[in-house]
Amino acid sequence: MTDDKKTLEEILNLAAAQFKVPREKLTADDDFFKTLGIDSLQALDLLTRLEHHFNVELPDYELQGVSDFRTLASRIQARL
Amino acid sequence: MNQFKGQTLSWELKDGVIELALHRQPCNEIGSLTLEELEKFASVLEHVQSDAHALILYSTLTSGFCAGADLRELYHGAQGMEKQAAVRGVREFLDRIHKVMNAIDSSPLTSIAALNGVTFGGGLELALVCDLLIADKMARFCFPELRLGLIPGFGGIPRLKRDLGNAVVRDLLLTGRSFNATKAQQVGLVSQVVGEGESLKVARGTAAQLGKFDRRTAIAAKKFIKPIPYEDLRREIDIFCELFTQPAVEAGLKKFVESKDAQPYLP
Repeated sequence: MTDDKKTLEEILNLAAAQFKVPREKLTADDDFFKTLGIDSLQALDLLTRLEHHFNVELPDYELQGVSDFRTLASRIQARL
Repeated sequence: MNQFKGQTLSWELKDGVIELALHRQPCNEIGSLTLEELEKFASVLEHVQSDAHALILYSTLTSGFCAGADLRELYHGAQGMEKQAAVRGVREFLDRIHKVMNAIDSSPLTSIAALNGVTFGGGLELALVCDLLIADKMARFCFPELRLGLIPGFGGIPRLKRDLGNAVVRDLLLTGRSFNATKAQQVGLVSQVVGEGESLKVARGTAAQLGKFDRRTAIAAKKFIKPIPYEDLRREIDIFCELFTQPAVEAGLKKFVESKDAQPYLP
């Protein structure tokens, strides 16, 4: 598995576990606000969990307009 | 009065520790009602401090400690008002909240902010008046005011300048980005990072430790190490009020209030 795919997979697993959504229902191009049914405060919660999980700092302005898992993974991968 | 249960906050004095709990949905936004109850708390604070050694501020809400000023109230309150009348209203609000913040900041009690989740804007400013900041690992910190065409108005910049290096202050203020508890500890904003949901428990343990020390010594130490930046605080109110008249502020507030954006809290 490439690093990109591994990062994406870890994000999907973490999101599914945190927001109690079956993992098989999540795909890379899903709008995570819609699929996870989360609001902005929960999005911040997800951001914080991802930062801890990957041990990276993600300035939130870099995520403005990002709503799919694939792009999110690429932003994180760029900081690993 | 050893306890109070209000609509936005409550407090109780027990075993020498005053616990002030914030509980206004959705995330303890500070509007006129919260201000009134904070003023009530500040007026009681000076009378109960002889029976207490510590003060803990915390939120009962899982969403966070406090998301800052109630921007909806600010926006709707200013609608239909003449510019000068709106600025007078804002200045009055700021004068009142600064008085509360200064009372907590300068209190002889050792104060602890037990933080979780969103600690943004006015919420971070409220935390900054405390002597010790204990954050759970999911806490997040931000000064998003610049996106509204404003600066923080509840004393944030002077207190950040007092406590942190200027580079961090500029990063927080000028980028409007948020950062997590680990980063906050790295830059010296918080003193302890604890497990998720554990900040109040750890704050209580810390408050119990503080009770072992001679009060006069603790008060002298606090006074020596933590001056109140009164001049900068007054200047901050002036700058805030000057900026408040800009068209960009009304546009920024309108955008926030009417936003259906899924990320309104992301600057």
